[in-house]
Amino acid sequence: MSEPVSMGEGLMSPVVRRVFGVLALFALAALVVVGLFVAPPDEVQGDAQRLMYIHVPAAWLAYLAFGVTAVSSALYLWPRTRSFVWDRVAGASAELGVIFTGLTLLLGSMWGRPVWGVWWAWDARLVTTAVLFFLYLGYLALRRVPAALDVRAKRCAIAAMIAFVDVPIVHFSVTWWRTLHQKATVFNPDLNAEIHGTMALALWIGVLAFTLLYVYLLDLRYRLEVIEEDREERELEAAIADRVQGGMASPETVGVGS
Amino acid sequence: MSVFQEAALVAGKDLRIEARARVISQQILPFGLIVLLLFAFALDPDRGVLQRVAPGLFWITVLLASLLGVSRAFSVEAENGARDGLRLSGLDGSSIFLGKAVALAVELLVFEALLTVGVVVLFDVRLASLPALVLGTIAATVGLAAAGTLYGVLAAGIRARETLVPVLLLPIVAPVLLGATRAWEASIDGVPGDAWPWVALLGIFAVLFVGIGMLAFGPLLEES
Repeated sequence: MSEPVSMGEGLMSPVVRRVFGVLALFALAALVVVGLFVAPPDEVQGDAQRLMYIHVPAAWLAYLAFGVTAVSSALYLWPRTRSFVWDRVAGASAELGVIFTGLTLLLGSMWGRPVWGVWWAWDARLVTTAVLFFLYLGYLALRRVPAALDVRAKRCAIAAMIAFVDVPIVHFSVTWWRTLHQKATVFNPDLNAEIHGTMALALWIGVLAFTLLYVYLLDLRYRLEVIEEDREERELEAAIADRVQGGMASPETVGVGS
Repeated sequence: MSVFQEAALVAGKDLRIEARARVISQQILPFGLIVLLLFAFALDPDRGVLQRVAPGLFWITVLLASLLGVSRAFSVEAENGARDGLRLSGLDGSSIFLGKAVALAVELLVFEALLTVGVVVLFDVRLASLPALVLGTIAATVGLAAAGTLYGVLAAGIRARETLVPVLLLPIVAPVLLGATRAWEASIDGVPGDAWPWVALLGIFAVLFVGIGMLAFGPLLEES
């Protein structure tokens, strides 16, 4: 009846994506082994410190994702490189960024409870991360607003640029605020003692694993975006065809079509 | 016409509409005062808490009122195809932005002046070091108005704008709340030296968002 539904053009070929997926899986498995069994428990923090092996990579991934969103949004706004590819990358990356920022906050909170004795502390880095989370949550809400593709793309690209410009101001003001009033007690340099050996190894494997995972998920999400756009276009065409067929004054088709 | 003359036209139009409709004086100002009253209910006035946190309460109230102001600034354009008129007027996007932002800033400044009286009377706050306080307030208000106008036009054509604008705008203006509250605290405590860095930060925010707004408003208005 109709042409087969496309599986969506990805950023990379399906084979390459699968390679990234498998590599990410292996790296995650290695992270589990090294992080949970090989690396020794922390002298002060005990096993709770093992959360750092995913907390830090998650935070890294969040920054990477928001950076990619900013760059792709700028590329979309720049007339010579304007392409929906950049819009989709920006959206997909922001979604991953929000998820991993949320994960960072959650994991940090789980770690903070046994180590600091509180779920949350008004530390500059924590507050900045929380604001970052809400900034991009708003961006995602804006992306969800139905509109013509080019209208939505331009609107969202501008919103992403504004959010990106705001981040340093938020960071700067929050840091200032917390240091003017009280010295940082929780991110005391003594607590962040240098790490080495298997602990550092676990951290690096985590960063690698999450980066691979990011590439894999980004492409997956990108393809989903293409499929969604495709579906919307089909539905629109079907609705138009319906109306053309049903003529002007057929209430059923008008109701079904829209 | 220069950008500033065009901006003055737009600002004059918005302020004239406000002067006639009296939404600010009859709705937004009473809203602000009732919020002050509610703060007193929530935080017992006898324990001196109100006095200590008055700057924060003041700026939260201003933030909430600015959401109303932004919504108001663009609902004016939504009626009778006014936005199409604005688009067809031949005025430059950046002048329209400046004009609307100036009008919003003026409205907010009037609101803040009256709300300050409310805070002084109801919360027993004594204002000292006026220069830092006034300059900080102006810088914060310009920043708020610029960011608000920018997000107002961004969401102008959207049906869910009433709920979307707060979600988008509040995280963006978080530094304004932070800076303005600290500047007020320092001024009230009589140590303006602590206030000036925050006034500078507010100034940077204002300049930055006026700049972004002048660049982005035109393209956003075209498609709203």
